[in-house]
Amino acid sequence: MTAAVFIGCSFIAFGPALALCVCTIAAEPLRLLFLIAGGFFWLVSLLLSSLVWFIAVQIGGSNNASVKKNLLIFGVMVSVLLQEVFRFAYYKLLKKANKGLMTISQEETLPISVRQLSYVSGLGFGIMSGVFSLVNILTDSWGPGTVGIYGDSPQYFLSSAFMTLAIVLLHIFWGIVFFDACEKKKWWALALVILSHLLVSGVTFQNPQYEGSLVPSYIIMMLMATWAFFTAGGSLRNLKLCLMCRDKDFLLANQRPR
Amino acid sequence: MCLKRKDLFCVAIIGFHRAVPMTELSAHLPQFQHGQLTENFPDNHLSNTNDNSERRRHDNSERRRNDNPESETNGQPQNRAQQVVEQDEEDEELTLKYGAKHVIMLFAPVTLCMVVVVATIKSVSFYTRKDGQLIYTPFTEDTDTVGQRALNSILNAAIMISVIIVMTILLVVLYKYRCYKVIHGWLIISSLLLLFFFSFIYLGEVFKTYNVAMDYITLALMIWNFGVVGMICIHWKGPLRLQQAYLIMISALMALVFIKYLPEWTAWLILAVISVYDLVAVLCPKGPLRMLVETAQERNETLFPALIYSSTMIWLVNMAEEDPEAQRKASKSSTYDKQAAANQIQNEDADMDDGGFNPEWEQQRNSRIGPLESTPESRAAVQALPSNSQASEDPEERGVKLGLGDFIFYSVLVGKASATASGDWNTTLACFVAILIGLCLTLLLLAIFKKALPALPISITFGLVFYFATDNLVQPFMDQLAFHQFYI
Repeated sequence: MTAAVFIGCSFIAFGPALALCVCTIAAEPLRLLFLIAGGFFWLVSLLLSSLVWFIAVQIGGSNNASVKKNLLIFGVMVSVLLQEVFRFAYYKLLKKANKGLMTISQEETLPISVRQLSYVSGLGFGIMSGVFSLVNILTDSWGPGTVGIYGDSPQYFLSSAFMTLAIVLLHIFWGIVFFDACEKKKWWALALVILSHLLVSGVTFQNPQYEGSLVPSYIIMMLMATWAFFTAGGSLRNLKLCLMCRDKDFLLANQRPR
Repeated sequence: MCLKRKDLFCVAIIGFHRAVPMTELSAHLPQFQHGQLTENFPDNHLSNTNDNSERRRHDNSERRRNDNPESETNGQPQNRAQQVVEQDEEDEELTLKYGAKHVIMLFAPVTLCMVVVVATIKSVSFYTRKDGQLIYTPFTEDTDTVGQRALNSILNAAIMISVIIVMTILLVVLYKYRCYKVIHGWLIISSLLLLFFFSFIYLGEVFKTYNVAMDYITLALMIWNFGVVGMICIHWKGPLRLQQAYLIMISALMALVFIKYLPEWTAWLILAVISVYDLVAVLCPKGPLRMLVETAQERNETLFPALIYSSTMIWLVNMAEEDPEAQRKASKSSTYDKQAAANQIQNEDADMDDGGFNPEWEQQRNSRIGPLESTPESRAAVQALPSNSQASEDPEERGVKLGLGDFIFYSVLVGKASATASGDWNTTLACFVAILIGLCLTLLLLAIFKKALPALPISITFGLVFYFATDNLVQPFMDQLAFHQFYI
């Protein structure tokens, strides 16, 4: 417990997101702004879904544990759907804002491309989601205690951290695929994103059997990662060049001939 | 020069005007920034420089002080009035390009202030302990019934707001009748109290929390140094970062005092009412703030000094170090002779110093614009001038300003959220994000409407909505999810 678990879990969950922020977002104020706005949109979706859940609980009104659990499952599903709705709303808002910016500034190109926006908004959603899921657990892990003393799993903190990491990364990939699908009107891709989100959330109902929840989540995350990679314009050739430090950006930055 | 309506950025006005009444409330507040003002004179050259940087910035003419000889630039802008129209289109583009940067330049200090407040609240228990109330909130909230508590908190809030209104009106009256010395004295006393007394208490409580043994002599030395450097930085001159750090620290100290001494319901009510008051005071024609600004406009002078956070560079220092390139623009040397006289900058070897203008260049210039002399006096005068160099045309360098009152109230909201919320960190984070987004929207509105707007209403509304919603709706939901380890 205490500091080791706290630091370990927080870096497991937020390390990649932090690294992404530092490397790609921190330098550009516009991206930082859109990141925070994305987080705000996720927050609003959470608010609405908690409202729905709260009303359902008040209506359902019994103290039965299984009824409560079912209502919670219902709440989770509603929340996932609302998150995707708000992702779409954010997409619409960004398009409008970009259009406005373009007409006013009379430039040929947008100040920030839709692909960058999809990445930034996905990251924003992911960070907010991860933070809200994990931060109270992390503060509990800072203090003394014994995990699982009542028969719960002793790997509670670690599994929470890994699950949060998966969610954060998944949000990024979902964002990229989602925006691309909206741009190119590929509604099947949109439906697939929503389905995979529902699937990942559904799989967590199997906790604390972590094999049943963590493994599928990570598999889905890998699949989404490759999908998002190819959607964003990556290819095996690009990847090879990048890894061999022979890609255009690297060469330009280092003034070396190919 | 005439000040246009779009010069007036109420966000700052609200800030200091918020801050000033509060000086009375907690008997220590705004300090004015003599030293700060010189750097902001670019803002006053609205006619010749980017209008948008003006729009974006929560600055207004009050920044300039009349008695500061180095920022006396009344002669200049009238020459550039014609350039306003052409500059407008470029300005639009620049606004948008650089708008995000300025928003982030405000996010950083606001975030820092909130982080300091939340960190203190979480670690130092002194600020969450009930140790009585301010005299401005005499009614206690430890009552038997909910109704009585509600009534008491409404009365407390009413008293507090009326004190603020009275203070603002007093300020407007003092300003109208030109009692500048009274205002300055008031500000200096309040900043003294804040920098010495409240930081002493803060330090003492931090030591108690971490069980650090400290003798009075070392403590006295530390507080003395902190306070004196603070007074110098804030009221006179100092490195920009240090000044910003001090402003953030005193905002945090003020916010902590409010969090400690305002009972719960009263605090929320006061936050709500003050945003409404802010809105009214800035936008209504007879609002005190608006009258203040209009008076300053009529008198063609800066408003009385106030506590405003600024992220601009210190222009005067830069100008003095610039190479002669900057001086080439000052071909209108005749207007500035009187300033040269007032100017302290002396060039040694005045005869030998040709200011870098070699004979060929001088010949060229003579053929183009007629014989003008670049004498050491004219160069010195130019060096003393604000903003006419290329660097000042670059909006990136211009920076933004926000009144410290806004800092204080944002931090009060977030601090109260972290102190009393059952949702704990979720609520704190939600309020934090809400306030940042509110600030962003306010800046956007500022850019769209190009008129004075208050900074408090949108952010505080969002903050309050998110506080109550997160605390009552989201927290039970997330709690249940964490219990079952479900993920959304």
